[in-house]
Amino acid sequence: MNKVIFENTIEASNLTKSFGKNIAVNDVSFQLKKGEVLGFLGPNGAGKSTTMRMLTGNLAPTNGDVRICGIDIISEPKKAKALIGYLPEMRPLYKEFTVNEYLTIAARFHKVPSSKIKKALEEAKEKCGLSHMSKRLIENLSNGYQQRVGIAQAIIHNPEIVILDEPTVGLDPIQIREIRKLIRDIGQQHSVIISTHILPEVEMVCDRVQIIDNGQLVFHGSIEDLKEQRRGNKLLVGFSKAPALSRLKKIKGVDKVENAENGMFRFHFKEKYLPAEEIVNLSVKEGWGLYHINMDITSLEETFVNLTQTS
Amino acid sequence: MIINVARKELKSLFASPMGWIILSILMFGFGTLYLQGVNSYFEVMSGAVRPAERVGVTIYVGSQIYSTALFLLSVTTPMLTMRLISEERKSQTMPFLLSAPISLSEIVIGKFLGLVIFLSILVIYIFVMLSTLNIWADIDFGYLIGNSFGFILLIASFTALGIFFSSLTNQPIIAAITTFIALVSMVGLGSYFASDPSHWFNYISMTKHYQSFTRGVFDSADIIYYLLFIVTFLTLTVRRLDSDRLRG
Repeated sequence: MNKVIFENTIEASNLTKSFGKNIAVNDVSFQLKKGEVLGFLGPNGAGKSTTMRMLTGNLAPTNGDVRICGIDIISEPKKAKALIGYLPEMRPLYKEFTVNEYLTIAARFHKVPSSKIKKALEEAKEKCGLSHMSKRLIENLSNGYQQRVGIAQAIIHNPEIVILDEPTVGLDPIQIREIRKLIRDIGQQHSVIISTHILPEVEMVCDRVQIIDNGQLVFHGSIEDLKEQRRGNKLLVGFSKAPALSRLKKIKGVDKVENAENGMFRFHFKEKYLPAEEIVNLSVKEGWGLYHINMDITSLEETFVNLTQTS
Repeated sequence: MIINVARKELKSLFASPMGWIILSILMFGFGTLYLQGVNSYFEVMSGAVRPAERVGVTIYVGSQIYSTALFLLSVTTPMLTMRLISEERKSQTMPFLLSAPISLSEIVIGKFLGLVIFLSILVIYIFVMLSTLNIWADIDFGYLIGNSFGFILLIASFTALGIFFSSLTNQPIIAAITTFIALVSMVGLGSYFASDPSHWFNYISMTKHYQSFTRGVFDSADIIYYLLFIVTFLTLTVRRLDSDRLRG
């Protein structure tokens, strides 16, 4: 195996895939750095899974190319595929096998030498919390455990890159927490791409985010960049004896005031001013009965909708 | 890698009741035929048949078993080949194979070999069963070896055809039915035209090319016929899977 360290484990350039006249992915380029967890966000049908299928060599792109640690996946598919672990959206599990049998097959297919298969199995099972399930038939495992088997299958050969397509769909909240923790652990040693449409998930596990909509990349940057998009210059304030709107507008630094939900007010303020202290002071002095004051943060959902609809 | 794919196929055949049931039913059938053949041999040979037409016990029992096996396998092979690709598609396990560092031809050949090895168990079983006649008679091993060899080629051709039909659809049942129709019509047409040896159909008939093996003759033309048949359908299967990858 090629042991040269590459800065970028995945380099996708100008990826395009069209099914007939329908363009599923349109000119998407990005890089994945070593040891990074990249979140792929987007509404249903945005082209996330199609992109992932192209990255893993399951689907040939109409245009553009994919390099895995510098190896072109189209001209040298075997070499490139050996560096990737992939869990598709629909788990590719042979349910008639036990966990051990299935993982052994996965290890053999990924060219783990026979002398090391046992060790690879133990490690993968331990990471995914499957050690006590070794001899159970996959068919009889719960949804969450089946998902873990799917992840174990993707990391069994210790690949450079792990690609997980919607790893938490259909799981209960406790299982989701465990799977997220698992993904973070995997991210310590491997480069990871996960796709999801659950926004808080991205915030919890990813270093970098990429939002794709209608086959096009509409945002990419770090989690901080995404959070930056959320924080507007807004305050949400509630008074029990509210003064007139025109009075509130006169407060220093306030740009605009509007009525918000539950009889509260939304203060838009100017850049670099934070009129919170002023509002509190005035409220005490003039007896407005202040009971709520907080930064008004746009929800991630809203940011997401803004990003995907402006494109 | 081919071996690993074949191993996986064999393992999954034996992990489900399907493989065991098919093997046991067929073995029961062949065993019954064998007993009947041995029982009726002296009766038939001493009375009803003219001395010039009398045959040895190997051919008498063997021809009954092999001709029945030919028919039974054209019915059972489709049930086994349907799993190879369409079932993997249906249960969405195809990406498991496609994202592993294995080429499409390795996948197809591996699956093909797995099933051929499985069906060869039957050929070996029949061979061993007929060999037991040697305990009280002096049997014709050339006949047995010729038949077994021809039979493996025939099974391999059935499997190659089946895997191709399996790659055409996502519905295992449809794969099974189309393979069944194709096999039965090939075997059926073969026997339909057998009475007219000069008919062109005999050149492409699967059963006709099997005939020389039953006499213990290894004719290179027949062997090449089967090998070409197998290679053609395996290649078509690989092409078909490749077009899936290209078009999505």
